[in-house]
Amino acid sequence: MSDLHFKTITELAAMLAAGETTSVAITQAVIERTAAVDGQVKAFLSSDPEDALAQAKTSDERRTSGKAIGPLDGIPIGIKDTLAVKGQPLRCASKMLENYVSPFDATCITKLREAGAIIWGRLNMDEFAMGSSTENSAFQTTCNPWNLETIPGGSSGGSAAAMSAGEAIATLGTDTGGSIRQPAALCGVVGMKPTYGLISRYGLVAFASSLDQVGPFARTVEDAALLMEAMLGKDPLDSTSIAPQGETNYAAALKEKKGPWKLGVPQEFFGEGIDPEVKVNIEKAIDWYKEQGCEIVDISLPHSELAVPVYYIVATAEASSNLARFDGVRYGHRSDEAKDALTLFTKSRGEGFGDEVKRRIILGTYVLSSGYYDAYYLRAQKVRRRILGDFEKAFEQVDAILTPTSPTPAFKRGERANDPLAMYSSDVYTISVNLAGLPAISIPSGFTENGLPIGLQVIGKAFGEADMFAIANAFEQGHDYYKAVPAL
Amino acid sequence: MSETPHIDIDYVAKLARLDMTEEEKSKLGAQLDDILGYFDKLNSVDVEGVEPMAHAHRVANVWREGDQPDETYAPEILTGMAPDQRDNQVVVPKVVE
Repeated sequence: MSDLHFKTITELAAMLAAGETTSVAITQAVIERTAAVDGQVKAFLSSDPEDALAQAKTSDERRTSGKAIGPLDGIPIGIKDTLAVKGQPLRCASKMLENYVSPFDATCITKLREAGAIIWGRLNMDEFAMGSSTENSAFQTTCNPWNLETIPGGSSGGSAAAMSAGEAIATLGTDTGGSIRQPAALCGVVGMKPTYGLISRYGLVAFASSLDQVGPFARTVEDAALLMEAMLGKDPLDSTSIAPQGETNYAAALKEKKGPWKLGVPQEFFGEGIDPEVKVNIEKAIDWYKEQGCEIVDISLPHSELAVPVYYIVATAEASSNLARFDGVRYGHRSDEAKDALTLFTKSRGEGFGDEVKRRIILGTYVLSSGYYDAYYLRAQKVRRRILGDFEKAFEQVDAILTPTSPTPAFKRGERANDPLAMYSSDVYTISVNLAGLPAISIPSGFTENGLPIGLQVIGKAFGEADMFAIANAFEQGHDYYKAVPAL
Repeated sequence: MSETPHIDIDYVAKLARLDMTEEEKSKLGAQLDDILGYFDKLNSVDVEGVEPMAHAHRVANVWREGDQPDETYAPEILTGMAPDQRDNQVVVPKVVE
């Protein structure tokens, strides 16, 4: 087996341009790697090697005729099971959509196809993206390639694990409260959530519409930047998408921007609940930036501790509304016991949804119900603005904010499965970023003594992706962590 | 909210059109009480005069220009996704007496 599957997009693009390899060879390497290791990792819900190879052949023909498109042309990219790919299953890891096949491509998929990328496989996740460990999938539990006894994080756990194990050259995930960054940190890869609105949500199955964003997993910051450049932009099919502002040639800009930067460190992110090894690791990363001449500024985000409760009100409220569409009528699961209109809804939903989804539908319905709306939902929306205000104030002083991505490294399967509050605390450092609509990236920053990856989070200003990428790239290129791959 | 309210799961499940077993309800009941207790943290902050935030950016209504319909799908593709269908129509259990 070749080692093409562990190369970066940038490396492969150069090899393709020089005629040293082909898209078919790269795609074949990824398919063989997946066949060899996915029995252990269990990242893929399904895949279609023939379709991927056909796309690769088209890419190679394009290149031979001198019409190669750009750095993504011929690169296989794995897709989370919540994004629509025409003709492929779209199940959101739920029994509710067990037999659903998408009739169209999501806008981000269309854009990747236009850039020549190979769309590869369906990656496991928590059901409807609700969870932090990928244990809520209705079909299988994905393992962390660094230690198969532990979880890969979630909800985009399949995307992170596949990336880490070399089962794709890059993958896509979605991030509503940390669902890209937390699994990226736990699996030792780069994961990025853009400014809200930068990537169209058309073709993404809605969970919490005011928070959901599509984003890339990659081996390097530069690769993530290339994927972002291909996918961003206002889309007439998503009225909440927004035209980018400022610098968007991220990959070129990250090499030019050298700092030094003013970097904020919020005291609230280093207190109770953080694993001591994670704390030491992130403090070391902050010291590194200081040694490079960056000014480290102590900042305060005083409402941070309220981000988790605000999130679980706002996100469940939006979810209970969005998931009302699964009614057993037009698509998805229909109960055999449905006898009239009401049981058609109640039985189909009762059978189709798993425990966590039901928990959130009940919670969301409750906080929106008459008599409780003001006390919970309206109040949470007001505190949400306070959380945004904290960030706006901090960004008057600093270019970006440095924090741990996750308070702990990967935990053992089953450890938090029956304790929702413990599970929700996995996202304590990522959630406020979604509430405020900001961009953030997690990059590998080292390992625990037991060899589990740790991630550093860089939070940027709204539409400040160019600076955020440059700051993350500086750390990455100053260390070797991103080159480490798990032994499988 | 000095005392955390207990969720009436039967009532909320009815609102959500969600069938749940007795076992699911009893397990969820205890968990939801914990979660609601946790939500009480929000009472510690003064939100007097704060405008609620529903969205990350200020986005106004977006209207489609003109009346040009977009490309759409053949009826058999759309009705073909339904659990039961006949003659390009979705079949459901009897809903009127």
